[in-house]
Amino acid sequence: MTRTVVLGIGNVLMSDEGVGVHAVKTLVQQYELAEDVEAIDGGTTGMELLPELEGVDLLLIIDAIRIGQSPATVVRLEGDQVPAFFKTKLSPHQVGLSDVLAALAFKGSAPGRVVLIGVQPVTLSLGMELSPEVKARLDEVVSLAVAELAASGHPATLRA
Amino acid sequence: MTTRITIDPVTRIEGHLRIDVEVENGHIAKSWASGQMWRGVEKIVLDRDPRDAWTIVQRICGVCTTVHAIASVRAVEEALELEVPLNAQYIRNMILTAHTLHDHIVHFYQLSALDWVDVVSATKANPAKAARFAESISDWEGNSHAVMADTQERLKTFVASGQLGIFTNGYWGHPAMKLSPEVNLMAVAHYLQALDAQRWANKIVGTLGSKTPHIQNLAVGGVSNPISTDSQSVLTIERLLEIKECIDKVGSFLHNCYFVDVAAIAASYPEWLSLGAGVNDFLSSPELPTDTRGTQFMIPGGFVHGGDLAGFRKISRFGDPYFTDGVAESVKHSWYSYRHGDGELKPWRGETTPAYTDFEDNGKYSWVKSPTFYGRPAQVGPVASVLAGLATGHQTTKLYVERLSEKVHALSGPKLSPAALNSTVGRHAARVIRACVVYEDLQANWKLLMENIGKGDVATFNKPTFPKGEIAGVGQVEAPRGLLSHWVVIKDGRIANYQAVVPSTWLAAPKNDKGQPASYEVALLGTPVADPERPLEALRTIHSFDPCLACAVHLTDAEHKTAVQVFAL
Repeated sequence: MTRTVVLGIGNVLMSDEGVGVHAVKTLVQQYELAEDVEAIDGGTTGMELLPELEGVDLLLIIDAIRIGQSPATVVRLEGDQVPAFFKTKLSPHQVGLSDVLAALAFKGSAPGRVVLIGVQPVTLSLGMELSPEVKARLDEVVSLAVAELAASGHPATLRA
Repeated sequence: MTTRITIDPVTRIEGHLRIDVEVENGHIAKSWASGQMWRGVEKIVLDRDPRDAWTIVQRICGVCTTVHAIASVRAVEEALELEVPLNAQYIRNMILTAHTLHDHIVHFYQLSALDWVDVVSATKANPAKAARFAESISDWEGNSHAVMADTQERLKTFVASGQLGIFTNGYWGHPAMKLSPEVNLMAVAHYLQALDAQRWANKIVGTLGSKTPHIQNLAVGGVSNPISTDSQSVLTIERLLEIKECIDKVGSFLHNCYFVDVAAIAASYPEWLSLGAGVNDFLSSPELPTDTRGTQFMIPGGFVHGGDLAGFRKISRFGDPYFTDGVAESVKHSWYSYRHGDGELKPWRGETTPAYTDFEDNGKYSWVKSPTFYGRPAQVGPVASVLAGLATGHQTTKLYVERLSEKVHALSGPKLSPAALNSTVGRHAARVIRACVVYEDLQANWKLLMENIGKGDVATFNKPTFPKGEIAGVGQVEAPRGLLSHWVVIKDGRIANYQAVVPSTWLAAPKNDKGQPASYEVALLGTPVADPERPLEALRTIHSFDPCLACAVHLTDAEHKTAVQVFAL
């Protein structure tokens, strides 16, 4: 059986830093996911995620990333670009998650594909709300995730 | 000649840690620990409903989510003098012990073993010889020739792929690495097996906590797990039996693999049992309450002054005035200012007003405050907990201290004295002893929960009601890294002040208002550094405290200009 994981990471106490978590929550509120798709709020955790990510076919990560783009820019990275993203430390979470992915690779159970949807943060200040600019892009981030799932054969259904 | 080395942060969300040391004649002569704990969260919960605080504060840190959540509900319960039903205590105890086992296993294998194990050397090992050695010290099932050969193949493939990842920054071939290729190969095999063991521990947390990484089942007044002997949607006997299976799997790894590996490291690196001593005063909390009021515990806690077990003073209950009266924090060397100057403030009256300066060797140099117990720094963590157990004659603590000492001795190492636990390798020893102790308690709590449900008690929650006016409470947790306390002031049912004094604050603090250093700074003094460009020895000592941060290492010259940057795991 194939498995797909949508993983939102980030710290929801630091405004836009938590955009990945907000996006995953919005995704499951708005859409019914296919049976073999799991949505995970990873927060800022590390090794706790290992069992969840073991042997998945598609890992779709949503995260705040610093890519020198204008604020609230949304990007999509895939394959070789994603490890590069981790190596150059664009996200505060790269230590925890890259450790998990490397441990999985060593075990021989790394995800088949890794796709990253990233959002350039406007602010990382203390607070549980997204900035208005990033909040305005949230639907677009969710749509991108839904399109990614559909393209890989796991269509999500809009909730009534 | 003096060389200054700076161990500086990689962004990790729970805060940054930077260590500066000055090396003279091959040994560390001066040390500074500088950090950023996420103090700001304390402002986020102001004016909120105290029943919601735990869901917010568990996001303080990516590693310690569970213990912050438990500390928070305990703080509010203590303020309300609210009893917690037995089932809820047992469920929380199981979550806490399973989380501790997860933490200790991951810490030893994934976060610090590579300070002692040369992974690249393992590619040159003779797998048959590695298996013979491993089988001679333990009958662990994962020690066969086939396992060693398979591990070595994987390792070679992994190294050849060029994506070293987790292993990229190891100090391969460093003169302080002493294990044979075969022992290194055994350790790499166990590194992989530990990834499976930690998942069983985490599954216990996830099943009871409804969700992991962030548990969902807590409530001020108990837990939200409805208990039923038949319904599928709640905590059923069937689920509890699944949990028992996970408990057994973790236990086998703990006793036959982790315990033996710590003994092997201690026997191979005996000099590290007398290096890296932190502050010699120890503070721990009693933990795993077995009554509804938090006055009876499975594990003792208290204060050991000057390493003298005979003078141990017990903390007898949650909120014991001996504990709450003793804790205060100063900010003389921290980037905060108090309205009334540099003295100490009790956490309930704590202030979090930033006052950033540059890194000043003799002035302010850290975002961490300096906590003290009756005016002195204290070492928290597994050593403090184990010493409290020894001081009170706690049976399982004594048993596992003796067993580990015998095992180290059988592997041609020294016997372990209580004093030797306050050392770099001693902290790993104390951690595995503590893992064995809490493992017994995990089993005991499972049994107590089953028995209590069997008696027909399915209560899990007492509803809190908030009085008019001001109340205050403390939530203590003996967390994997040591004593954690959350301090809450509630006024008319809303949070009026909130402070978290976390284990790493006790350990990584800058010097206090009297100039007394905390454990990281103390432990580094006298540590040999063979190669200033690869300060493995300093990392061994800092990692032995289980800081929940990764560090990047910068080597700087005397003018403090960055010369080399190395990333540590």
